[in-house]
Amino acid sequence: MTELPVDRALTEGRVPGRSQEEIPELHEVDCPADLRERIEELMSRYPDRKSASIPALWAVQRLYGWCTPEGIRQAAAVMRVTPAYLESVASFYDLLHTDPVGSHKIAICTNISCWMRGGDELLDAFREAAGEDEEKFFVTGFECLGACDIAPMASIDERYFGPLETAEATTAIEQLRAGEEVLPEKALEKRPLPGGPDA
Amino acid sequence: MPETRMLLKNAEDPALRTIGGYKGYGGYGSLEKAYKEMEAEEVLKELEDSGLRGRGGAGFSMGKKASFLPRGEMSKYLCCNADESEPGAFKDRELMQRNPHQLIEGIAIAALAAGAGHAFIFIRGEYDSQADILDTAVAEAYEAGYLGKDILGSRHDLELVVHRGAGAYICGEETALLDALEGKRGNPRLKPPFPAVQGLYGGPTLINNVETLSNVPHIVRNGAEWFKGFGTEQSPGTKVVSVSGCVRRPGNYEVELGIPTRELIMDLAGGPPEGREVKAFYPGGSSSPVLKAEEGIDLPYSFEAMAEAGSMLGSGSIIVADDQVSIPHMALRTARFYHHESCGKCTPCREGTNWTVKMLERVVRGEATPMDLDIVASVQENIIGHCLCVLGDSMAMPVGAMVRKFRGEFEEVIAAASEGEPAVGERLPVVQGAPETLGAAT
Repeated sequence: MTELPVDRALTEGRVPGRSQEEIPELHEVDCPADLRERIEELMSRYPDRKSASIPALWAVQRLYGWCTPEGIRQAAAVMRVTPAYLESVASFYDLLHTDPVGSHKIAICTNISCWMRGGDELLDAFREAAGEDEEKFFVTGFECLGACDIAPMASIDERYFGPLETAEATTAIEQLRAGEEVLPEKALEKRPLPGGPDA
Repeated sequence: MPETRMLLKNAEDPALRTIGGYKGYGGYGSLEKAYKEMEAEEVLKELEDSGLRGRGGAGFSMGKKASFLPRGEMSKYLCCNADESEPGAFKDRELMQRNPHQLIEGIAIAALAAGAGHAFIFIRGEYDSQADILDTAVAEAYEAGYLGKDILGSRHDLELVVHRGAGAYICGEETALLDALEGKRGNPRLKPPFPAVQGLYGGPTLINNVETLSNVPHIVRNGAEWFKGFGTEQSPGTKVVSVSGCVRRPGNYEVELGIPTRELIMDLAGGPPEGREVKAFYPGGSSSPVLKAEEGIDLPYSFEAMAEAGSMLGSGSIIVADDQVSIPHMALRTARFYHHESCGKCTPCREGTNWTVKMLERVVRGEATPMDLDIVASVQENIIGHCLCVLGDSMAMPVGAMVRKFRGEFEEVIAAASEGEPAVGERLPVVQGAPETLGAAT
């Protein structure tokens, strides 16, 4: 058999995250103990540890505000996969940020039902209210958030609010700045069924 | 006509979220019956006989799907698809938020029927508060012995994990969901092999929607014959229908399948705001071909009637467009969504969604010619059936239908925009509607 002009070890890339030499060692990454414990607990829930990649990236994002390169290396070291593998996962999903974002995350739905009821205007209002303060606020339009019943709506720090009037964007931003409860009357949890109680 | 509440019964009671509240309404009785008194085959037969059709979009028989899993000792899995991301759909959110134990009970019974020892609820990452509710409920169910090892002394084990996604519509596609659950990017897989044969971690896997599984305890408790007493012969049971868009009371309404669509849109959801008319609607989420009001509003709301009309019931989500809505702009919104969510694996979808968006943008800017509308239509035809999954088709079907059915309006928009008139409809006259649609209901 002729010798192939490629190194099999280097081309064995079909299974992502397997090249051992690229996996950082734990002592190289300075992973905080609670993050490590959290990821280990997550891995133990699944028959295959790699299933914990999205939950592990969530844990990284919760800790650092976004999926920082250092955070990804720390998670990779705990999970025994390459950082490139976790980065490929993180970059696929809209909710995982591979660039710095503001600490309060505000997503305004601009999909069909929200668009019909003023989603674009609401997004403009939030952008204006948040102003230039990119460290504190990350305001973005978003595809359907699954709450067309409260259109136009916003997801503020992972909680749903609607239906919102444009003026309420300013109220919400002020409440976030002041550390107060945001738009308590417009929280999704408080909304009754549209058809009322059982007949 | 009032609603027929089965899945949303007692849902106004906040105590229903707790295991005590749920058991107070007879909850977990079906699980006890199934695990203590029934054989797996009996449960499976009951589900097949009920005629329950999948509520996630495809409408395939749930019992039949479960029966495709091979018998025998091996690692089998059950995945609950809670990645509800179809524009217009928000029923699973309501069911998980108000009645998480109904879903857990359904999962445990379906796992018994399918012989699965591991189950996962794959919930979209945006539904963080609903995932928290599920986490709490799952912990309660473990505590009560309805999950875990040797459930109720039946020698059946079941581990249930709530797995949060991270924002990708494609993960609602069942094979992409499996990839995401295995910790990868959510790309769809080639089928066959189907997940029932080779799914999660290469093992046989049953994948069902939240609403489908929430029906299971009711079927086991009351029997297949009772279940068939609701709905139509080919679409038995009730359906939680999400109605949104230009209606006065958007929300989830649970009705028997087969009721007139008009009742859903005009009576339950209150119809369009004062002085406006329904122009068209998506009968089953944004991927269902749009129906003109006159062709669809008097049809029965069932799988078979919508299929016959050239559309589909899909996930059971109606989006209503009234006479103020510009159809070309609605087509563009729809196309942009699928362009954003295309995973990029198959060329017809990746390129087709991209070019459709570009062409529709030219339409609303007035830079297109009527001939371009033929090109838009032909691009849609070249997407359908040519990809690993139906994401591309999900854009091609509604966009194709809009261009075909509202061609005159597309031409008017091109003509108006090319003469420098303001882009009609990009910014809609906002639906403010009746007071009950704003703020908490009275």
